[in-house]
Amino acid sequence: MERINHPEQLASWKSEILAGHLPSKKVIVISSGTCGQASGSLQIIDAVNQELKKKGLQDNVEVKVTGCHGFCQLEPNLIVYPEETFYKNLKPEDIPEIIEKSIIKNEIASSFVFEDLETKRKADKQSEIPFYKKQKRLLTENNLKIDPKDIKDYVALDGYQALAQALFNMTSEGVIAEVEKAGLRGRGGAGFPTGRKWEICRRVDSDVKYIICNADEGDPGAYMDRSLLEGNPHSVIEGMIIGAYAIGAQEGYIYVRMEYPLAVKHVSLALEQARMYGFLGESILGSEFAFDIHLIEGAGAFVSGEETSLMASIEGKRAFPRQRPPFPAQEGLWGKPTNINNVETWANVPLILRKGAEWYAKIGTRSSKGTKIFSLVGKINNTGLVEVPMGITLREIVYDIGGGIQGKKKFKAIQTGGPSGGCIPAEKLDLPIDYDTLAKAGSIMGSGGMIIMDEETCMVDVARYFLNFTQEESCGKCVPCRIGTKQLVEILNKIADGKGEDSDLIKLEDLSKTIKAGSLCGLGQTAPNPVLTTLRYFLKEYEAHIKMKTCPALVCKGLIAYTIDPEKCVGCLLCLKNCPVDAIAGERKKVHVIDHELCIKCGACLDVCPVKISAVSKVTGRKKASILKNASEKRVEK
Amino acid sequence: MENILKDFEQDQKELIHILHRVQEELGYVSPQAIASIAKHLKISENEIFSVLTFYKAFTLEPRGKHVVTVCMGTACHVRGAPRLVDDASRELEVGVGQTTPDKHFTLETVNCLGCCAIGPVVVVDGKYHSYVKRMDAIIKEYSEGR
Repeated sequence: MERINHPEQLASWKSEILAGHLPSKKVIVISSGTCGQASGSLQIIDAVNQELKKKGLQDNVEVKVTGCHGFCQLEPNLIVYPEETFYKNLKPEDIPEIIEKSIIKNEIASSFVFEDLETKRKADKQSEIPFYKKQKRLLTENNLKIDPKDIKDYVALDGYQALAQALFNMTSEGVIAEVEKAGLRGRGGAGFPTGRKWEICRRVDSDVKYIICNADEGDPGAYMDRSLLEGNPHSVIEGMIIGAYAIGAQEGYIYVRMEYPLAVKHVSLALEQARMYGFLGESILGSEFAFDIHLIEGAGAFVSGEETSLMASIEGKRAFPRQRPPFPAQEGLWGKPTNINNVETWANVPLILRKGAEWYAKIGTRSSKGTKIFSLVGKINNTGLVEVPMGITLREIVYDIGGGIQGKKKFKAIQTGGPSGGCIPAEKLDLPIDYDTLAKAGSIMGSGGMIIMDEETCMVDVARYFLNFTQEESCGKCVPCRIGTKQLVEILNKIADGKGEDSDLIKLEDLSKTIKAGSLCGLGQTAPNPVLTTLRYFLKEYEAHIKMKTCPALVCKGLIAYTIDPEKCVGCLLCLKNCPVDAIAGERKKVHVIDHELCIKCGACLDVCPVKISAVSKVTGRKKASILKNASEKRVEK
Repeated sequence: MENILKDFEQDQKELIHILHRVQEELGYVSPQAIASIAKHLKISENEIFSVLTFYKAFTLEPRGKHVVTVCMGTACHVRGAPRLVDDASRELEVGVGQTTPDKHFTLETVNCLGCCAIGPVVVVDGKYHSYVKRMDAIIKEYSEGR
């Protein structure tokens, strides 16, 4: 195949690819993103290929290796087309049975299909699984159909048609007007209207302009950008080329964090193929437009996700943010006008052009249009990536899609927006999610991480975790962030250690406000959010730590003790053998005792104590005090 | 070093790419490497030192034979990652970011690998271990020849 030099050639190439696909042909699709590979998908691919060869079927059955399908918990999995039968949590030894039944006999290998934990109802198609039912998978659906290493799969699904339309049927103003009409807002966190952002950059007079795709997805607990880049890199690339045409940029950069090696690999391959077929480089699709994209691998610094820091990093410097204005649209990369958007935002652009702004604007709420991908993780039954229309409620996400809390425990809070976001309590579960409602609740949309917390999660510990994170990742350029976050961590440590004082709560709030007001960049300005929201919604928990010296969730090490119930202990030696610091004394069939002076509170004893015995437990507050008092009295007696 | 540097333009924008390559080939960034990069890019050694110490990807000392990385993302955190770090640190008798005296293991943490659904996650030499409950088994697996 040669370069594509005209939209008509693109159309005929698409028909050619489609003609090669027999609708009746069996296709085995194996999901193999990072999660899939970590769960063993590579061994599944080997097993499938071997088995097909053994049965002499390798020419009759197509094997397609794709990116992540979203329901990470069911990895490794595969789908057999055209029946769409979905098999989950596979081991290599399961493959012969699946090939025998699903491929040769056209039956369903029912032992490997999905079964609902509660209703025990089986679902043999992916679309019938409750996890997928309420989703609206506009961006992620194609991950099922595309081998990210082969551009033809993307072209077969109308890939690069939007680009052809933009280049040949639309002016740059027209493209921007369409994106603006669609109501697309930045998916990276702040939610700035994308069309307006482009227009500002387009209007700046300069012969050199840049665009950047921010794929430095550093928020812990968020990985939708990784999934898009791994599973459908061309959608992001196409969005960028359209954006470059609208703004008038000649060069683009995709900045991917180094922690995503598979995404780096797939993007670099996709760029090569796009260049080969004439979607990048000189005279794109035979038009007069020229544009190319470079791939930059990050080097491990959370702050590089901030736009001005990211640009400094591309320039080969420390990822320090700088004062704005001037905004990147005026003076960005190497002082030239630069437009920067995040991965998910770029991936929405071809969709808007292909389906039209009116269609797109019908999805979502008044102020937030389209869908948003969230990563639903933490103490939830169904973990994975979910794509939902804006305006869906938290309850629908947690219970209908997420299947509720693990182990039927009580829902406590949902953390959105990563270290810049906040914790939303159970009372707000009916909140319809969009940029503005989340901001009103004290959190932010952020990049879309949603971490579910149950009654065993301590909110002081959560605040401490995030502040530890931001404090470590603070670049150190401005004082409020550098010193302020450090002080917040120290106060939180003090509270978690049981040494908190009443005045600490006021200090936390005052300091948080100062950091928000005085910091240079988004990292510092939002760093105190986890503290402020937990103070707002979970003040009682802070007070319990300070006044009662109690950690209600039994998490903070300084406030708990492990103890063995002499009535329940059968003297099985399990905890004694597993204690890493030999803090448990006892003999076979005699009650074991923990030496609290030696105990490091690692919890190994609690984990190994058999469930039916459950002699080990955690205590806090008064109970802890009395147990420690008894223990020390006994020591004195000895 | 010359072999590495010939692939790169003499422009500061290449600095991070060069450091990645050096780290990959030598396992760390040596003082000699810094000197050669400075000469190639015509910037001061100070500048290079400031950039390389800013990013976590680069080290001034060689790492151990096996690099054990515990993910400390939020999802892994609520599922017990802090204990895994404590366990690993006790088992290996080194702190986070340190290498055992026999240069067999380096213990590191990362702030999220984006495989939150299968956490807690521990990566050893690029291989992902999911739903990790205990560190001793993983460490034992890589202790051969120690």
